[in-house]
Amino acid sequence: MTGSSDPIIRINDVTYEYVKEEEQTRVRALDGVTLDVEKGSFISITGKNGSGKSTLAKNINGLLVPTMGSITVKGLDTREDENIWDIRHTVGMVFQNPDNQIVSSIVEDDVAFGPENMGVPTEEIRGRVDEALKAVGMYDHRAKAPHLLSGGQKQRIAIAGVVAMKPECIVFDEPTALLDPKGRKDVMEIIHSLHKEGITVLLITHFMEEAIQADRMIVMDGGKIAIDRPPREIFHEQDKLEELDLAMPVSIELASGLRKAGIDIPKDVIGTEELVDSICQYR
Amino acid sequence: MSIQVRDITHIYSEGLPYETVALKNVSFDVDDGQFVGIIGHTGSGKSTLLQHLNGLLKPKSGTIVVSGTDITADNAVLRDIRRKVGLVFQYPEYQLFEETVLKDVSFGPKNLGLEEDEIEERAVEAIRLVGLDPDEFGERSPFELSGGQKRRVAIAGVLAMKPEVLILDEPTAGLDPKAHRDILEMIKDVHQKEKNITILVSHNMNDIAALSDKILVMENGGLAMEGSPAEIFAESGKLKEMGLGVPEITDILVRLKERGFDIRQDIFSVDEAIKAIAEKLGGGE
Repeated sequence: MTGSSDPIIRINDVTYEYVKEEEQTRVRALDGVTLDVEKGSFISITGKNGSGKSTLAKNINGLLVPTMGSITVKGLDTREDENIWDIRHTVGMVFQNPDNQIVSSIVEDDVAFGPENMGVPTEEIRGRVDEALKAVGMYDHRAKAPHLLSGGQKQRIAIAGVVAMKPECIVFDEPTALLDPKGRKDVMEIIHSLHKEGITVLLITHFMEEAIQADRMIVMDGGKIAIDRPPREIFHEQDKLEELDLAMPVSIELASGLRKAGIDIPKDVIGTEELVDSICQYR
Repeated sequence: MSIQVRDITHIYSEGLPYETVALKNVSFDVDDGQFVGIIGHTGSGKSTLLQHLNGLLKPKSGTIVVSGTDITADNAVLRDIRRKVGLVFQYPEYQLFEETVLKDVSFGPKNLGLEEDEIEERAVEAIRLVGLDPDEFGERSPFELSGGQKRRVAIAGVLAMKPEVLILDEPTAGLDPKAHRDILEMIKDVHQKEKNITILVSHNMNDIAALSDKILVMENGGLAMEGSPAEIFAESGKLKEMGLGVPEITDILVRLKERGFDIRQDIFSVDEAIKAIAEKLGGGE
């Protein structure tokens, strides 16, 4: 976390409502959410279906705008139409289903689509596309047709398409939900490497093992922020997570069970590796 | 009730530039009442295999016998196969189409040419079986339900056909953790009540380990491994080479063993793992 500079995204008491057509009722999908996203941070957002995660994500880059409250991206208000282009250049989005995000019949054309639309000079596009494809490990597949790739590979292409636009922040909305274990692992590694290069990451996920890899973990419930803590402190919230029907990652569940059995496992153990280390030290 | 798969081979686009051998010489048996888990990464042949089991695809060579009937024979009657083998596709809720839940679930039995009474009876029973109250949900539109509920309705539509074999392709994909747990519980429940053969394809190794009597591992269109969860997940190195994981608990137990811990590797529940580790450390009571 940088600390000194202003947050890249400021979410100020945001409420988002929409009308459900069938029943003519207003649904409050976000209810007074306040959140500062520091530049260079890695935040995970979890919560059950309907808790407001995706609505929040779509508000961040102006796909939706708040009913009440405001969101600024690098000081630009998402409610102002003239800011939308700058906001979308700053915040890129990757969605769940790569098939809905791929537009071209050749991988490198697809990755070039974003920068072309932004008006990046032609001579610069080649370099950006190559760099983006290398960043996701798909450079060797640049001349292939996307539909011949696996789901995980397609998702990497979709990420490259966003990376080629050089956003400062990327919002990933359940990017691994449809992928097999190998695809999931690859995508998580790419997210980590993009974060290391300085990109601010917001990761929406149902997988707790993924959520605890962030610096800061947010759990949404009923349109509100229910938990906002570093993952290392998440064991404090065990009861609350259970209440929200979210399971603890196995490593944390196991650690807390061992503590109950009288074994002195440090409370802030997180992830399989640390748990194994601490068990071995005890011996 | 049993299944014998013998030497099936399937080739897509044979003779064309995109020719792909999707299945090669796959053989296995499923015994009465067994719960079989199938794992393998994308493109390994899992879905092609499933589509053979209910006659959607015919193999180039080999046979599949389901409770004594060769469903790969030229004179096999598709309707009979579908009656025996119910297949729940990925994202089955996309196939919901009727005005009400009851009508949607009745669609399959209706096509079987059953009497009105029996159709309704089966539909009501199937809705109940997937954990929904037929009185509360029967007349509602399937489209106004939650994601998890829609999926239950879609599964009920298959169960209403009373299949002797129930095949589920990634039934929990895309669900939130609670809906995921609920659907899994439901599958377990249905299997225990119906005593049918259940075949589950999933990427979630925790689920596969917890439910399966037997696991089939597919790779490059072939059957790479076959065995009990303990046997399969004892080969974590081999699975990793295939791009597959192991249940999280297995991962922890394997790492402990590598660090010189003499600990059982065939544990798949958190509580049992806690007990085993605590015993080794001499902690606790």
